[in-house]
Amino acid sequence: MRVVLAEDSVLLREGLVWMLGSAGMEVVAAVGDAEELLRACDEHAPDLVVTDVRMPPGHSDEGLRAALALRRRWAGLPIVVLSQYVEERYATQLLSTETRGIGYLLKDRVADVAEFLDALRRVAAGGTALDPEVVAQLLVRRHSDPLDRLTPREHEVLALIAEGRSNTGIADALVVSEGAVGKHINNIFAKLELSGADKDHRRVLAVLRFLKI
Amino acid sequence: MTVAEVRSPWDRIRAHWSARSWLRMFHVVTGVPLGLVAGALILGITTLSVIFVWTVAVPVAGALLLFWVVPLLTRLQRLRFEAFLDVRIPPVPRRALKGNVAMRLLRRTRSASLWRQAAYHLVSPLISVIGCAGVIVTWSGALVTGALAAQFWVLGGGWRGLPFALLCAALLVAGPWLAQGVSSLDVIAGEALLGPSISDQLAERVESLRESRAEVIDAADAERRRIERDLHDGTQQRLVSLAMKLGMARATFSDLPLPAKEMISQAHEEAKQALKELRDLVRGLHPAVLTDEGLDAALSGLAARAALPVRLRVDVPRRVASTIEAVAFFVVSEALANVAKHARATAAEVVVVREGDLLRVVVHDDGRGGADPGGGTGLRGLAQRVGSVDGTLKLDSPPGGPTTISVEMPCV
Repeated sequence: MRVVLAEDSVLLREGLVWMLGSAGMEVVAAVGDAEELLRACDEHAPDLVVTDVRMPPGHSDEGLRAALALRRRWAGLPIVVLSQYVEERYATQLLSTETRGIGYLLKDRVADVAEFLDALRRVAAGGTALDPEVVAQLLVRRHSDPLDRLTPREHEVLALIAEGRSNTGIADALVVSEGAVGKHINNIFAKLELSGADKDHRRVLAVLRFLKI
Repeated sequence: MTVAEVRSPWDRIRAHWSARSWLRMFHVVTGVPLGLVAGALILGITTLSVIFVWTVAVPVAGALLLFWVVPLLTRLQRLRFEAFLDVRIPPVPRRALKGNVAMRLLRRTRSASLWRQAAYHLVSPLISVIGCAGVIVTWSGALVTGALAAQFWVLGGGWRGLPFALLCAALLVAGPWLAQGVSSLDVIAGEALLGPSISDQLAERVESLRESRAEVIDAADAERRRIERDLHDGTQQRLVSLAMKLGMARATFSDLPLPAKEMISQAHEEAKQALKELRDLVRGLHPAVLTDEGLDAALSGLAARAALPVRLRVDVPRRVASTIEAVAFFVVSEALANVAKHARATAAEVVVVREGDLLRVVVHDDGRGGADPGGGTGLRGLAQRVGSVDGTLKLDSPPGGPTTISVEMPCV
């Protein structure tokens, strides 16, 4: 897997290169700002982009804007955005185009090496990886009607779907059987009036509904 | 007016005839034409306005003319005081007038300082004319008596010229004194009527204090942002890197002896905990998302991380000043921390609404109440920070609950 990495802190950049390398990924370019990131993607056409949000020159949300520009240029290019603080507003911007192949994680998650690498692989394969913190933020909104009809348990399940977990992953997280998870998910789809479409697509639609996009 | 140091009788005499005393005389003399012109103008305009009051147009034009003439005359008088007496009368602060022409006219009419200036221009001709007449009489008297004394002297009148000579000397001494007296009187009138009144001075002081306070608050806010940025660019990145390397070590060195593995695991957990604590601290300083995206986004993060379920409603269509945003964020952050620590509540609600030029922040919880502003729960700090931007904080927390903190801040 060929990765382009953008992170302005040299220390962390080196560390990430080393970590991805030891996990068998090939970092084809490691850059320090959004301009270089766009150039590197043009040059290498990577399988996955990992970028920080705050980068020079403005140190605000350059990385996020670069990620959105990359998605417009290459629909479906897998991107993982790392941020010191995850904010639901940024998540909705990222996911507003398409939810496949998008990751948005707290930067601190790189410390949990195995889970972090797992999230990268999941996004590279077209899945999503949303930080639990973002998902928690989405839950504090005054939710409109269809979401209000969900039970607290269904809310939990939907939040885990939004994080990008599989049914097995959700069953593990909630310590219930996969069958029970399947039931919850079907109830959610029914309450959100998402019927008929293929399963994966329905999952994505449920997440979109959840994200209020 | 400073008086030069007087050491000997000779100094006294010199001072009496110094350039300063001549300048005083000039001050008295120049006051006459200026005072007469000023008085005539003001009286003339007023009289015409009164006579033709039924035409409406004339008095309005008269008022406008008066509002233009009086400050001009005041400026001239100020120049006169400074040129001859070295007395600086501070200008009256001109407040920016809002509203349409009629409103402005009304406000100018009600401006006390304008009428005080007009009063001076009516009083000053009296002072100057009487004073000047006195000075002229004294000087000419001195000349006449001096001439008479000399005549007696030359024509051999003997001692009969002496009273004239004495009178001449007395008048010569009295001239500067009279000028000094008249000019002092004029200075008293000028300083009392032409300068800013006490209330003007206080208003100006309040204005300058308000400005300096706003600058201090903005500076503190900028400083918080700078600290946030420095921590983000330095310490936080270093800690993330450390935690990551410990995580790698934990995953890689599976064949280490158990105590060493334990040690690495503990170090890894501690590094992650430190990261979390630092993140919360820095976010409390000034969250970057607040700068980028405003209150709504920043508060949703705050509500999500709260220890209890929080419902959030933010209705701020136009962004408010960054300082006000920071204070609002701080209020909600502190209030939610208080709820978690003291209230034993099951749920809280945060509502932030902009109503015109007011930002209203309400934090409500269903806890046990009894919150005390002086109880060291950070409520005093909240009230202070809200007060620093001219806001108000109301606390309603009966024993048994519920508790409501409502804050209102101007957000122009």
